[in-house]
Amino acid sequence: MARDSQMKLPEIAGVPWPQLLPGKRTPAREGALDPGVTKETESPEKMPQTTPRRSKDAASSASRSSRPARGPRKTNGGRARSAIQALPEETELFPEDDLEAAPAEVKAFAPEEDLDDAGGAGPEAPAAAELSGAAQTGDQRSGGNRARRSAEAMAKAQREISVSEFFVKNRHLLGFDSPSRALLTTVKEAVDNALDACEDGGILPTLLVELEETGEERFRVAVQDNGPGILVGQVPKVFGKLLYGSKFHTMKQSRGQQGIGISAAGMYGQLTTGRPVIITSRTKPTYTAHYLEVIINTKKNAPEILKDSEVEWTEPHGTRVEIELKGSYKTGKRSVDEYLEQTALANPHAEIFYYPPKGRKEVVYPRLTEELPPEPTTIKPHPYGVELGILMKMLKETSAKHVRAALVEDFSRVTPKVADEICAVAGVSPRARPNAIANHDAEALFNAIQKVKIRAPSTDCVVPIGEPLIRASLEREIRDASFYSVRTRPPTVYRGNPFQVEVGLAYGGQLTGLIDHGDLSDGAAWVGGVRLNPTKRAEMALTAIPGVTRKKAVELLLKAGVERSAKVGMMKETQLQLIRDALDAEVRSDAQSRPIHLVRLANRVPLQYQQSACAIHKAVSDVNWRRYGVNQPRGGLPQGPMVLLVHIASVWVPFTSESKEALAHYPEIIDEIKKGLMDCARELGNYLSRRQRNRAQSERRSKFDLYCGELVEALHHLTGRKRTELRTVLDSAADNYADTGEET
Amino acid sequence: MATKRDISALKKQKAANTLRRLNELAEQVVAQAEKGQNPTIEIPIRALSNVSWNEKSAIIEMGDRTQSRTLFNVNMAKRFTQTFLVAAACKELLDSGKTTSIRDLYYMTKHTIGKTSENTFDGQEESDPIIEDLEVTINALREELHLFASNRGSMVGEVTFVDAGDTIDARRQGSGGWAVPSIVEDDVIQFVKNDAKFILLVEKDAVWRRLNEDKFWRKHKCILVQSGGQPARGVRRLLRRMVDELKIPLYVLVDNDPWGLYIYSVLKQGSINLAYESVRMAVPTARFLGLSSFDRERYELPDGSTIMLNKKDEDRAKQMMRYPWFADRKWQRELKKMLDSKVKLEIEALSRKGITFISEEYLPRKLAERDWLV
Repeated sequence: MARDSQMKLPEIAGVPWPQLLPGKRTPAREGALDPGVTKETESPEKMPQTTPRRSKDAASSASRSSRPARGPRKTNGGRARSAIQALPEETELFPEDDLEAAPAEVKAFAPEEDLDDAGGAGPEAPAAAELSGAAQTGDQRSGGNRARRSAEAMAKAQREISVSEFFVKNRHLLGFDSPSRALLTTVKEAVDNALDACEDGGILPTLLVELEETGEERFRVAVQDNGPGILVGQVPKVFGKLLYGSKFHTMKQSRGQQGIGISAAGMYGQLTTGRPVIITSRTKPTYTAHYLEVIINTKKNAPEILKDSEVEWTEPHGTRVEIELKGSYKTGKRSVDEYLEQTALANPHAEIFYYPPKGRKEVVYPRLTEELPPEPTTIKPHPYGVELGILMKMLKETSAKHVRAALVEDFSRVTPKVADEICAVAGVSPRARPNAIANHDAEALFNAIQKVKIRAPSTDCVVPIGEPLIRASLEREIRDASFYSVRTRPPTVYRGNPFQVEVGLAYGGQLTGLIDHGDLSDGAAWVGGVRLNPTKRAEMALTAIPGVTRKKAVELLLKAGVERSAKVGMMKETQLQLIRDALDAEVRSDAQSRPIHLVRLANRVPLQYQQSACAIHKAVSDVNWRRYGVNQPRGGLPQGPMVLLVHIASVWVPFTSESKEALAHYPEIIDEIKKGLMDCARELGNYLSRRQRNRAQSERRSKFDLYCGELVEALHHLTGRKRTELRTVLDSAADNYADTGEET
Repeated sequence: MATKRDISALKKQKAANTLRRLNELAEQVVAQAEKGQNPTIEIPIRALSNVSWNEKSAIIEMGDRTQSRTLFNVNMAKRFTQTFLVAAACKELLDSGKTTSIRDLYYMTKHTIGKTSENTFDGQEESDPIIEDLEVTINALREELHLFASNRGSMVGEVTFVDAGDTIDARRQGSGGWAVPSIVEDDVIQFVKNDAKFILLVEKDAVWRRLNEDKFWRKHKCILVQSGGQPARGVRRLLRRMVDELKIPLYVLVDNDPWGLYIYSVLKQGSINLAYESVRMAVPTARFLGLSSFDRERYELPDGSTIMLNKKDEDRAKQMMRYPWFADRKWQRELKKMLDSKVKLEIEALSRKGITFISEEYLPRKLAERDWLV
């Protein structure tokens, strides 16, 4: 199982992963279409119909910025039939062990709690498998005596642990532990793949993300890109195999470290709804598009193609993935909406069209630059960043004839001289066979590496977003903030891994709580984006606004000076405006005491979970924000109307755990983030103190103006001079004193 | 005797004098602003730190320390403006020859500023000190600004005078007496005929009534004044004028407690807050007739007539022992006696010896024995 170490998934309770075959995550997406792959070509009449949405002009110009069609429309076929009917008879949706718990019908998977029972015995899944194995051999447990079982029986049982069972057991590790997270993870995997595909193909990404509610807690996720497309022969491998080997030692900055891939999402969809993954792909304008329905044979962990047909598609090239799954849609923190917003923030070169479910308005994230980010270069691992296990594996697999050559050829920054030094410190011969060292002296070699001084790796292999684009991105997403500051730190190294930190900060302005109260032109009682029920009393009607409790509603009305029992329908527009003002003031004052909004990005991918466990959170909390005029509770996130973006780009992003949502607390990383934060915070501090000064100045001036008006009147009576003359004299004198804080 | 025309001319001249000073103050501000300077007025400080005891003239005098009040200072802009609002209102009063109460003035000058919710004055407690500021700044008394406080105090006795054109015979003022107005300057009150040999000020209205009923003033040829507690400015100014112009001594009869002594002290030396008025109001020759701490034994007052001193009284008495004008041995002895005996005595306590004891025995004997302190 040498290749197991490639996978970043742990072994659970000693159960091996017999069926989890590592494969290449991103298949070749270019090259000639292999006609042999097409298994079945239906006649156009039977074919799923494509409904072109694009206008003729747009289609002919193929302009990048024009909206892509939302995929081919399937008007008949699989959609209308039940999943089981759609499957060929020999295909098992679930292995037999799972039949009871997870029958072909979806219902057993529908409620969350059922998932726990599905595997049979919760955490003791292997034991359950053993038991079933034992039952087959006829042995019975009775009284206090345990029946003996043969090793063969046990071995048989062990083999029968299915991918789907593993999946059910470990769904929390894979990002499918709740319906809302499942929806997010699915979108995330698909979008990350789509962006990677476009960039690998050298194409500026145009993405289309659709969420459609197909039933209660049931959604169809469709993600479409304008990438190079996928060869039909590769499609099953990409979408039909659970778990890829990660790009562990390719040492290249990529999104690919997140989650476990699109096939896991497909698997989840299949388990919860019985639906196959539907892929539409086209590689060249001159080729026809293919429409495939793929399921995973969970017993074999192998893809099976249910349907493969040619379809008409208006897109010249690209891929569209559709997965139907049990999920739930929400807004706000850790939502698909937030993920896409942050993804757009981190990928200003991408254009994203988002169609949320439940009749919500579509969201368009326009492209901010016509330039693709430079392709990250692949580097060899640096000795300091290699763990013992990896070192052993590398020594085993090297093509070099002896240790010295292996060190020089497979690692960066190891000169022959350095290699000799390492060998000397480790007490191994430079001419020893790498394979032999791997088994015996690897630990000595590993320890020696830490003692020998090796040059830091080159850092030109990390690609930041860049200050201008982060600023543009922030200005687009957080419109009308009153202050922006961005900083891209120079790249540096932790444990032999190059990385680079970027910080973006937006403060004040709209963030301080300007609320979109709604369409005030239609005459309805719009407050806080909600149309108040005209038949209700004010204190009740206001509770329809998210976050407004009955108590808060009464407070707001008191502030607005509006009778709490006033009927909404009877209110005057002026009264409604008073309530809106009160709500604005409330939100504005609230903004000062609420934690800032922290956006964490790793290699342009948003991290939405485990914020407090993350090195970024730690770094932000460690900075003394009070020094820069920002509220901060002891040891916590700063407070106020601020969005803070922290991006770490690295060939190897160190996550704390398999869920890959939090950065490990490496001091070098925390330090570097803090430096970036302080650069921005310093600018913010200057801005805030300048603003404070200006505010004090204008307050002074308006106070002087106020009293000068009174004084003019009094002096006019006392001296008989003209009011205008006196006003001019006082105003010009005031000019000398309004701007300074000092009086004589 | 001054004629009506004289008085009217005097009035006009006084008003013109005050108006000139108000105008000067305003012109000074305009001139400063024209030069691009921060308009500033210098206001003599009215606090203990800026008063001193002038041993020679025996009054409390205000020092020459001033505070600057500037327009272009966020903390002072309001009060600066208020000062001129009061000045303008006073000019209006002077121009029309009317007088008004300080409460009225507050309402005259109070209004909201522009379109704000801010008021020029938030209460009379804001406008009263501004009036005092203006008084000291242009060196004009409140009365000269045509402002008055509410009337307090009444008077009967062997004297005839003119009050705002009306001749008043103080012998014929019935049981209530003549109410002492707030403004008693010589353009309002002129003395016509005096038969009194001294003035007796009583702190308490009840005691004054007793003496008036017994026609004490007729028997002893005096002027009888009651102040209703701490004497108002009108009473103090009138006492001072009578002492100066009628050339008769002033006797003071107050409770035997620190507060009574303080009333005497203010009459004699002036108060700290109004130290600038001492010159025109204090009567350094005022004689403290009673009640003395020694009176209890001397007049054999019954034991039950006393009240125990409380802590506040004791502190106040100790504080007064440190006043330079009570530094004299006689005063120290008097105060020490009060502290030692731990009791205070109200004037009414004399009634325990009989209802007319005060008018027929106590006061005549005091005066005959010259038993007073100065």
